[in-house]
Amino acid sequence: MRDFSLRFRGAPSDQINHVNFSVRAGKTLCVVGESGCGKSVTSLAMMGLLPPGAATIRSGEMIFEGQNLDLSDNNAMRKLRGSRMTMIFQEPMTSLNPAFRIGDQIAESVLAHRNCTKAEAHDRSLAILKRVGIPAAEKRMRDYPHQLSGGMRQRVMIAMALVNDPALLIADEPTTALDVTIQAEILELIRDLQTETDMGTIMITHDLGVVAEIADTVAVMYAGTIVETGPAERIFNDPQHPYTIGLMSSIPQLTGPRGRLSTVPGMVPTTLNMPEGCRFATRCPFAAEICSKEPPLAPLGDGHAVACHFAPLETHLEQSA
Amino acid sequence: MSDTILTARGLKKHFKTGGGMAKSGTVRAVDDVSFDVRRGETFAIVGESGCGKSTLARLLMRLLTPTDGDVEFDGIDVRSLKGRDLTALRRDMQFVFQDPFSSLNPRMSVGKLVGEPLETHFPQMSATERRGKVAALLAKVGLRPEHAERYPHEFSGGQRQRIGIARALASAPKLVIGDEPVSALDVSVQAQVINLLGDLRDELGLTLVIIAHDLAVIRHMSDRVAVMYLGQIVEQGDVDTVFTQPRHPYTRALLSAIPVAAHGERAPRKALEGEMPSPANPPSGCRFHTRCPYAQARCKTDNPALRATDVAEGHVAACHFFEVIAADEPDLGLADAPKRAPGAAARFALYEDAMRERATPRPRQDQE
Repeated sequence: MRDFSLRFRGAPSDQINHVNFSVRAGKTLCVVGESGCGKSVTSLAMMGLLPPGAATIRSGEMIFEGQNLDLSDNNAMRKLRGSRMTMIFQEPMTSLNPAFRIGDQIAESVLAHRNCTKAEAHDRSLAILKRVGIPAAEKRMRDYPHQLSGGMRQRVMIAMALVNDPALLIADEPTTALDVTIQAEILELIRDLQTETDMGTIMITHDLGVVAEIADTVAVMYAGTIVETGPAERIFNDPQHPYTIGLMSSIPQLTGPRGRLSTVPGMVPTTLNMPEGCRFATRCPFAAEICSKEPPLAPLGDGHAVACHFAPLETHLEQSA
Repeated sequence: MSDTILTARGLKKHFKTGGGMAKSGTVRAVDDVSFDVRRGETFAIVGESGCGKSTLARLLMRLLTPTDGDVEFDGIDVRSLKGRDLTALRRDMQFVFQDPFSSLNPRMSVGKLVGEPLETHFPQMSATERRGKVAALLAKVGLRPEHAERYPHEFSGGQRQRIGIARALASAPKLVIGDEPVSALDVSVQAQVINLLGDLRDELGLTLVIIAHDLAVIRHMSDRVAVMYLGQIVEQGDVDTVFTQPRHPYTRALLSAIPVAAHGERAPRKALEGEMPSPANPPSGCRFHTRCPYAQARCKTDNPALRATDVAEGHVAACHFFEVIAADEPDLGLADAPKRAPGAAARFALYEDAMRERATPRPRQDQE
């Protein structure tokens, strides 16, 4: 049994502000937010991939498989990276080395983390390529990345990430660059592999459709803070935070009336003009004086928590009206 | 004035590839495409990457010359236009590009960028007049007049897209073609731009042709839609018809592949096998037969023509067997509106009210 929990509390120059979350083995956590909300920075920090000196971790710790990890210890992180903890990136073309055959690139990861012969590494790579649904895998092993389509490249990336049976997979917008029909195939593949291997997955995305498809738990991020978190079902059926609600009303729907879309007015504030207190206050239609104080992430039961002074909105606003 | 503003007839664009040492061949990016766009409507062209939709848009604008076929805009044959007449066409037909980061010259101020088409198309306009017009255009797309002094890098993606729209509107076009106008934007900003395009269409009596891959966006913005696969239109009709009662197997697959942002049981989807074949070497017969779950022997040899369906007037699909498939397969019946907790429904209503209140005193301004 691999049961692990993971906690991260970081604040590189307060870009990320006291973020906590956990993933269980075999489950998927989706981190949702718009560009610039800090979701990618968080995942890079977890992998220890932030360029040295670019950011300082102000606070926080990560517990991975029962061990407390020092994020600044490069050697320790290197051992974990690619074996226990792996990552898939958004752009499969730029994350594969164009000058090496894909079979060799996958085998390299095996050789780096396992004590085995080249032949064994080759066999292992071939098996995983077959598993991710690459047709004629033996022939493809000798192909270069440019010979594959976008969907195939993403499959290769997944193969590379999974070849060492990781306990945690971090996927940063894995399907954003793909067409919908291919996206559906890739999501299905990730889900199947997850049930098979019981790994935990952190999926970073801005697409609420993808979230509904794959998430067990959801964390909604806004300007470096988690504003709402909980089981996927609660987030979609009973959203509490004005940002979550605004985000959901902005999505064009495939059913229902086609009138004007509600929007979230304004833009995400940058670190330079970050408002005091609730970071969403500048764009929130319900903002009031109290919002200059930072709202705590208050639990609502069943693991659902929201950082808003006014939750639940309907009762609070009625009282004040 | 006729009801049809833009007509494409048997439009083809073939690109030669290779040459030199490489094996040469022909990419049939657009292969025999015909459609009409009616005055004042929003016509959408949807398809996955590589289906030829962007090439088609460029053919309509005469940014590319078609290999064969005709485009008629407002009664004028676009194909034979040259010189001054072509400039006049570009005035009446404008383009909004996908990428708001690379389609604006970083060394020109916003005032220059929006004023440039005015200079080209209305050379008699004085500088003062032009400045006034630029300010009016900026206000129209929800930017402030003082933004004219700034440069593109000072703006966010959504604002840059607004600048692109202002630029397209400067020459007072009759038709605007948008090639993925919102796909590079975040959802909340995307919604703002979708609303803006809809408002401008109603206000200025524009006709819009929207090219996109996001079906939900298309459903929201357009009246009629054409679905493209490998350079050909496979289905066309009113948006509501195509989305609720699709007839072509590709449209069905496309619609069932969209993840819906609502929690709950989903219908088992029929995922498509494999990927789109290369347009340099399209399959024989029906181009979709290599991925079609219903393909039969005939599909490998005969390329089906677009035929009228019995679903609605003007709805056509290119499939030999759509009646048979429709008889076996129930209509998709897209998921109902999300079931929300009563409290949540009240919250959504509150949010919408708050948004409307915000919007009324200053229509469309400063939303960003």
